[in-house]
Amino acid sequence: MDISSKPRQVHPPLIDIRDRGGPAQPMLRVRKLFKHFDLKKSFIESLAGGGQVVRAVDGVDFDVFKGETLGVVGESGCGKSTTARLLMHLIEPSGGEIIFDGETVGTPGLSLREYRRQVQLVFQDSYSSLNPRLTIEDSVAFGPQVHGVSRREAIGRARDLLARVGLEPRRFAERYPHELSGGQRQRVNIARALALEPRLVILDEAVSALDKSVEAQVLNLLMDLKDAFGLTYIFISHDLHVVRYISDRVMVMYLGKVAETGPAEDLFERPLHPYTGALLSSMPSMDPDQRTQEAPLTGDPPNPINPPSGCRFHTRCPMAEPVCAEQTPTLASVRGQRKVACLIHEIGSGHSQADAAIYAA
Amino acid sequence: MSATTLSFDAKAQKAAADAVEAAFERSTGFWSGVLRKLARDPVALVSAGVILLLILMAIFAPWIVPSDPYKTSMINRLKPIGTEHFPLGTDELGRDMLSRLMVGARLSLFMGITPVLIAFLIGSAIGILAGFAGGWLNTIIMRSIDVLYAFPSVLLAIALSGALGAGIGNALLSLTIVFIPPIARVAESVTTQVRGRDFVEAARASGAGGFTIVRVHVLGNVLGPIFVYATSLIAVSMILASGLSFLGLGVRPPEPEWGLMLNTLRTAIYSQPWIAALPGVMIFITSISFNLLSDSLRSAMDVKN
Repeated sequence: MDISSKPRQVHPPLIDIRDRGGPAQPMLRVRKLFKHFDLKKSFIESLAGGGQVVRAVDGVDFDVFKGETLGVVGESGCGKSTTARLLMHLIEPSGGEIIFDGETVGTPGLSLREYRRQVQLVFQDSYSSLNPRLTIEDSVAFGPQVHGVSRREAIGRARDLLARVGLEPRRFAERYPHELSGGQRQRVNIARALALEPRLVILDEAVSALDKSVEAQVLNLLMDLKDAFGLTYIFISHDLHVVRYISDRVMVMYLGKVAETGPAEDLFERPLHPYTGALLSSMPSMDPDQRTQEAPLTGDPPNPINPPSGCRFHTRCPMAEPVCAEQTPTLASVRGQRKVACLIHEIGSGHSQADAAIYAA
Repeated sequence: MSATTLSFDAKAQKAAADAVEAAFERSTGFWSGVLRKLARDPVALVSAGVILLLILMAIFAPWIVPSDPYKTSMINRLKPIGTEHFPLGTDELGRDMLSRLMVGARLSLFMGITPVLIAFLIGSAIGILAGFAGGWLNTIIMRSIDVLYAFPSVLLAIALSGALGAGIGNALLSLTIVFIPPIARVAESVTTQVRGRDFVEAARASGAGGFTIVRVHVLGNVLGPIFVYATSLIAVSMILASGLSFLGLGVRPPEPEWGLMLNTLRTAIYSQPWIAALPGVMIFITSISFNLLSDSLRSAMDVKN
């Protein structure tokens, strides 16, 4: 998996009869999506009203363009997986809008059921995400049958897909999940996600639990499938090398908010947000002369129950100034396709480095 | 050199691949695997054999009994075990013990299995509904179930049959009510576990409704554990039913039933202790067989073993 020599493939124009908005319309527009979990409170406390909430996802805005791979990175607990589940409506959003190809999800124009047919999710835990009592062809064929495809046809489609993800149907179709290796099971999960012929696939740490050689195979499979089926990916991972390898654009999340987005190469070469910088310097270098000697960030992220005021990163940010604790940065375009939520990159924000950074940019 | 080695390698590889393939061709369903494991477990085989014998004995008892189980005889009262014509002796009214024990198996097994079977159906339905729905529905259902839990099961069975009146039907009904809460609770807890697994989320993400998810993805994963638990209750049910009969709330004389026989023979415990203990021995053999079988079933169903 040599990153530097990776060719940036140019995606062919997508031809899909389900395409409504045309190539310029983003596949997915997410606006002010948030999820606050109520903390368990006692009966007496609930009488008193109020109660604390965990701000797992706290107003994220982003677009996913047709045919691209959007990588989502961030520390554990930053809201990556919650965002994935919110996008699938597996947990009900507390607020915000999800617009799929020009139609708001959950309106008469696009029912949740119809939306779920076009968006599918691959989970991290390959074992837990397969029913141990079903053969893998039955697992893959389940989705199409829900949408009215006959069993015979669904099994046929499942076998085709198993072959497509590299599992010889004659040998594997009638096996049970516990008879497969982790990599094989994750291939089944990918086939299951594709069985509904989705246009957008959310990969939630889909390769993180696999060992490196298998991970590389599955990543290559994912890239092949993307081209073959004209898919769009949201690729959630904590592994920055993998995200850089597979993504066209990257979104960095911190404590339930978007810190920065931008094209992958540009973002990895020149991080704008101090958090992105810290995250990237935590990547182990291939060069032994450039060992990481100090931890770029210390401590855990703050508690999302009581997130810090102003910029959420100011408690750990090396560039923090008093203004950062007072003023909340907005996610604004900086240059080109880059967007960043940092006062250093906001004109007149009051941060001492603000103007210098903008002129430099 | 390469030609020969290559062909040899290819052959070896093909042989290896065929072996692997053959191993996987035999891969079969979960339940046949469970049966295979049970067939290798001597405890399971013996207990299943005993249960089978008891059931066969119960079914064919009226045709194979050596003498009339209802025929009393004042001169043959409380004959010891081994008496001629009465291999297991006679009871306090001179009736043949062997015949009465054989015919008694019918009602005893019936009273052991039927309430558990009905409670398995009802309790599973309630528990799966509560576990899968979650939230406030779960709270309402499970807290109502907890009310029944407040009573010890023996006391609840006695109170219910006492209130409903003596008779087999009422005893069955009260035993069924006694077994619904524990089965529902087990069903609820396994369903809650399964509901949290990713494959249920994936099924929801593919647009399936609750009923379909329960039918395809939940039932297959929860019925096994609930069933194992229910089999362990059969022994309890037999003992409770015997207890009800003992108190005069279940089967009525002169009908033979092990619990009732234990009751009527208790006066003979000093003169003929072995005969008085015989119905208890039958209850013990039956309940321990069911318990051992359900233990074996549980370990056979554990995929990790």
